[in-house]
Amino acid sequence: MLFFDLLVQGLLQGGIYALIAIGLTLVYGLLRILHVAHAGLYTLGGYIAILITNATGSFTLGITVSMVSVGFMGMVIYRLIYQPILEKPPFVALIASIGLFIAMEEIYRIVFGAYGITFADAPLQGTLNIAGIYLRHCEIGALLLAALLITSLSLFTRYSRIGIAWRATVTDPGMSQSFGVDVIKVRYLNFFIGSAMAAGAGSMVAVMNNLVEPTMGSVPSYKALAIIVLGGLGNVRGTVIAALIIGVAEAFGTIYLGNILDRDSIAFALLILVLMVKPTGLFSKG
Amino acid sequence: MQYEISLLTIMGISIIAALSLNLIVGFCGQISLGHAAFLGVGAYTSAMLTKAGVPFTAAVAASMLMAGIIGTVVGFTSLRVREDFLAITTMGVGFLFLGIVRKQDFLGGEMGIAMIPDPGLGKVGYLVLVLLLAATLALFSIYLKRSWMGFTFDAVADDEDTANLVGIDVSSYKLIAFAMGTAFAGLAGALYAHNIKFIDPESFGFVESITILSMVVIGGTGSVWGVTIAAGVLSIFPMWFQFIDDYKLLVYGGLLCMIMLFSPDGLSGIFGRFLNTIRGKNFNASGQ
Repeated sequence: MLFFDLLVQGLLQGGIYALIAIGLTLVYGLLRILHVAHAGLYTLGGYIAILITNATGSFTLGITVSMVSVGFMGMVIYRLIYQPILEKPPFVALIASIGLFIAMEEIYRIVFGAYGITFADAPLQGTLNIAGIYLRHCEIGALLLAALLITSLSLFTRYSRIGIAWRATVTDPGMSQSFGVDVIKVRYLNFFIGSAMAAGAGSMVAVMNNLVEPTMGSVPSYKALAIIVLGGLGNVRGTVIAALIIGVAEAFGTIYLGNILDRDSIAFALLILVLMVKPTGLFSKG
Repeated sequence: MQYEISLLTIMGISIIAALSLNLIVGFCGQISLGHAAFLGVGAYTSAMLTKAGVPFTAAVAASMLMAGIIGTVVGFTSLRVREDFLAITTMGVGFLFLGIVRKQDFLGGEMGIAMIPDPGLGKVGYLVLVLLLAATLALFSIYLKRSWMGFTFDAVADDEDTANLVGIDVSSYKLIAFAMGTAFAGLAGALYAHNIKFIDPESFGFVESITILSMVVIGGTGSVWGVTIAAGVLSIFPMWFQFIDDYKLLVYGGLLCMIMLFSPDGLSGIFGRFLNTIRGKNFNASGQ
């Protein structure tokens, strides 16, 4: 039973990672920016979900408000931070993003306190027994949310007009612009969707831990970078698969490698191994 | 006086750390987000050796060697991956270092190593040693920048493929940059360990890597005096202004972000433009 327990926990964690990493890989695919501050938005999503839920008593409202407002926040970050430095060498945006992320964490600490905030009455805490594996409602909710968001994203990019325009822009910005795609609109949309998904993940993690701390995003932020690199930068499907692999590898690794490596470095050990064999990641295009 | 001496010592160590990273990022153009790990390698090597009775000088030399060897191995990754991929890989190396050290009981695990032996130079003697080493490294950097090797590094940093095309052995120069940079990082780490006399994994984490990188970037990547000044100011900044200590990271993060937005070439870029403006005026004043 331990095997299935670990597998389910790994997939759950992988689903959360996937929600965070998709936004990152979308930004990279479109703008070639490593958007480290993305995890700051994930934390912000957790904070907003808790604040709204505590104020109104409805978690559904909390997670909705959190996703929408953080989506807009993502657009603001693009406009204020990234747009002015798009033409600069890649490390400029990377360092600006790291700086922004550090500053965001500090602002959360100063505004909301170093010890974090919790739900007044945490929702979805009941447990369910599925074939001998005990899962909390919020964990099932997180899995469902991840599956729902990822499926709708893939349907959206496949069948809607703006979704197709988006994919065209990722493949060749210049060409799609000359075919009449509004590249600026696509970028805003990109940041909105990516950030909203991160906020969804942040809200679910807030319920699962019943806690949001200022540093909640630190570890996922760097791990998500490992995941998108592993998935072949800019490749959404590769990112989802890589996220699930890392989630499962961590769940098993903590048990079997626990005395030589700590949990958080397993992803990076895997990353370095893969990159040395295949320098463009597992699922790179072409 | 004691307080000023300890401040200056920390300043000297930070300058060595920043200049060592400048060799990799500034000179050779290879981004590294895990530099604190090499300070860590140096600090742990020196701490373990001196605790085992090895003399201070030999332990410091060994820690430079150790950090340099591990750095060269990491440098090999820069031959396989570039730019963004290299940034993430070096970041991964930093996390891997932490992850491994935390779990090793003989390295003290989470608790770290305490009671690291004093080198026996006295406070002032140690300060003089640190400042001498920092000055030597600064002079070495300036010399290197103007030597043929410096020009080759420039070529590799600017355009790797073209450099390769004109017959520069890009791989070797990248490895040399990593070997030198990380060996000096080992030196900084060893000096840090014997100054504070206590080290734990958290002293060499990601934030420390970024702090060192921010010194290089704020100073102006590649500019020796810019990096030296930035490292000197930023390292003691939070201690002079005790009230800012709580906001230290906010200031770091904000500064990093703002400098990238408004002057990606850092202090030396601002100064360069300032000089140009003055020269421009003189130029016009002389009627030409």
